[in-house]
Amino acid sequence: MHAEEKMTNETWPASPEKATLEAKNKFLGFWFFLGGETVLFASLFATYLALKDKVPTADHALSKDLFEMPLVFLMTMLLLTSSLTSVYAMHHMKNFEFKKMQLWLGITVLLGLAFLGFEIYEFNHYVHEYHHSFTSSAFGSAFYTLVGFHGGHVAFGLLWIIVLMIRNSKRGLSLYNAPKFYLASLYWHFIDVVWVFIFTVVYLMGMVG
Amino acid sequence: MSTYAQKKGVGAVLWDYLTTVDHKKIAILYLIAGGFFFVLGGLEAMVIRIQLAIPDNNFVSAGFYNEVLTMHGTTMIFLAAMPILLGFMNAVMPLQIGARDVAFPFLNALGFWLFLFGGLFLNLSWFLGGAPDAGWTSYASLSLASEGHGIDFYALGLQISGFGTLIGGINFLVTIINMRAPGMTYMRMPLFTWTTFVASALILFAFPPLTVGIFFLTFDRLFGANFFDPTMGGNTVIWEHLFWIFGHPEVYILILPAFGIFSEIISTFSRKRLFGYSSMVFATVLIGFLGFMVWAHHMFTTGLGPIANSIFAVATMAIAVPTGIKIFNWLFTMWGGSIRFTTPMLYAVSFVPSFLLGGVTGVMLAVAAADYQYHDTYFVVAHFHYVIVGGVVLAILAATHFYWPKMFGTMLNEFLGKITFWLFLIGFHLTFFIQHFLGLMGMPRRIFTFLPNQGLEVGNVVSTVGAFFMAIAVIILLINIVITSVKNVKVGNDPWGDGRSLEWAIASPPPFYNFKQLPLVRGLDPYWIEKMEGKKEMTPAEPLGDIHMPNNSFIPFMISLGLFIAAFGAMYRLDYSWGLPVLILGLLVTLLSMFTRSIKDDHGFHIHKEDLIDEDKGRKA
Repeated sequence: MHAEEKMTNETWPASPEKATLEAKNKFLGFWFFLGGETVLFASLFATYLALKDKVPTADHALSKDLFEMPLVFLMTMLLLTSSLTSVYAMHHMKNFEFKKMQLWLGITVLLGLAFLGFEIYEFNHYVHEYHHSFTSSAFGSAFYTLVGFHGGHVAFGLLWIIVLMIRNSKRGLSLYNAPKFYLASLYWHFIDVVWVFIFTVVYLMGMVG
Repeated sequence: MSTYAQKKGVGAVLWDYLTTVDHKKIAILYLIAGGFFFVLGGLEAMVIRIQLAIPDNNFVSAGFYNEVLTMHGTTMIFLAAMPILLGFMNAVMPLQIGARDVAFPFLNALGFWLFLFGGLFLNLSWFLGGAPDAGWTSYASLSLASEGHGIDFYALGLQISGFGTLIGGINFLVTIINMRAPGMTYMRMPLFTWTTFVASALILFAFPPLTVGIFFLTFDRLFGANFFDPTMGGNTVIWEHLFWIFGHPEVYILILPAFGIFSEIISTFSRKRLFGYSSMVFATVLIGFLGFMVWAHHMFTTGLGPIANSIFAVATMAIAVPTGIKIFNWLFTMWGGSIRFTTPMLYAVSFVPSFLLGGVTGVMLAVAAADYQYHDTYFVVAHFHYVIVGGVVLAILAATHFYWPKMFGTMLNEFLGKITFWLFLIGFHLTFFIQHFLGLMGMPRRIFTFLPNQGLEVGNVVSTVGAFFMAIAVIILLINIVITSVKNVKVGNDPWGDGRSLEWAIASPPPFYNFKQLPLVRGLDPYWIEKMEGKKEMTPAEPLGDIHMPNNSFIPFMISLGLFIAAFGAMYRLDYSWGLPVLILGLLVTLLSMFTRSIKDDHGFHIHKEDLIDEDKGRKA
């Protein structure tokens, strides 16, 4: 099968994300890339744990003073739901239903934007209410770097999905762009998994002690 | 879209190389850039040795010495040894597995340009206020205190070139898994391909911690963060951990491909199948795995405590086992072989005892209690030069002679090659053997001078004389390259006459599509098998057909250029008002280039069957 071929509902293969050699390469290469990303976040998590609540003076806010469940819970739900909607999008991609895929990807993007908005609000809140900033303490540097790297990944993922949606809006699905959509959604799931760990390690463990 | 052997102007050739996505041309680019940095790092080494030739010398100042010493290590590891090895991987590995190109030709080019721009950025520090001066390890407390922008050049330059290396690693992994010719099972892959595979996996998992460490360093120095500042709650040991979690696998990233190169050379010129092939593969994988378990042996004196030190000491000693397996396999390959002492083989034969010496001192250093004596002395300097020069550099020189005809279609002069070899080998042992004793007598590393009458004079002057031998050897190699290129006597497919793997079955240099028809691999050393049955070529595994090729692209250059510009902006943001706009501009160049790549359809092109047949007739006529 060639990437340029014009596909129909009948000729569309079962796994369009791995149908050509280029696609197979991308699929495997992206999994390796996520392996590297895992090590990257592992290093950030390890540093965060080492520097958690390490502040220069006693009047600095610590994690138990900062984090509040309602906001973080809402953000978690938004991101988890966006992962689910991207699964729907990939389901439609595999069924050669371009319009429906675009719709679910659009919903994914909206949820991701909402998450990002809350994160910006959250950071702003910490800086202004608690004077907990990137430069105020080692704790602050580690916190904003870990959570901020994740936020940066969310932003890049959103940009990626939006570019893909606009680029292909008139072209429809092909074996050339199917792996691209698939990998963007894989990236989105990865971001979600990282957030689950951030939710646990940073927020839940921060609130209990 | 045919690019068959047309005569081209200089501009066209330059443009071709700036936009190429062909693994063989990228290999040449890596070799040129890596060779340039190798000579640069060598000059820095000469400055070090001249300064230390006599006591109380003032050839250079203490501050400048620190810069030279830092740049010597950083350049040799990141900008010379690794890129040159990546060059050979690019040149040979796809041919060895019978592939037409790597899995991601575009990313291959991107990896090269990122490395080059990172390396240029780092070296521009010489002209822009001083080079980094905190050693190649750049330990945090020291590097935070360093004035000027030297350390920022180090951090940003390595960050950019590190991205390039990471991309290269992923590319090779996918290439080896997905692009092997029919019949090329994992256990039929040549050892150089296997070591490329394991080294690439190490790159994938070792570089992200360095990326993170360098981000922290950059944030601390340029953006007011406090990761390594104890007065703000920071912890300077975090840098040591992150650096060595990267740094130790890094030495295996360097030495494993060197092992691969020597395995190829030894079996070729012993005219025997590699002894214990499967145990060689097993040992390679095991070394790669254990390489991640030993980083704290660089930190025995940091104070991690006796339990941590003991665990890491034992893990370190364990690496001697798979390495020993390899040493014996090389010896047994030569045993009973009909050996030809060509230049590459001379390097290979001398590598075994030279590297063994480095391995033995490695086990000595692994004894944590004894390490308190050796730590930060010339004993350590002697040890790592024995493994890196006695292993990696000998392999690079051997591979230069061995693969030169395959890459350029002409043979380096054997007589000059052997002179280079002898001068280099003698110079190497002269320089570094005596440094073991200097270290044991108490000479600390990284000092810019020493006092007379402490018993250190003779050792240091001997060491300096040896360094000149190596310098002359490299000059003769360069002369050899010039003479060979001017004469340009063309050679056939298998210029050494004893080639075993697939790269020797095709023309030298190979056509841009490598294999007209993918070869059928029937066992280990596939080309040797065919030759033993009296055939001259590989049996094809597919009928002649159209070949799909990727288009050239200038975008990799632009993406890398953007980061290069952005790095200047990030560095001068606090000093000048133009810093921040330049940072944003650079990032925009990179992002827009990526956007262009994403938006544009690029399906590549096809070489048509008829053109391939025509070319065949043309050659016979």
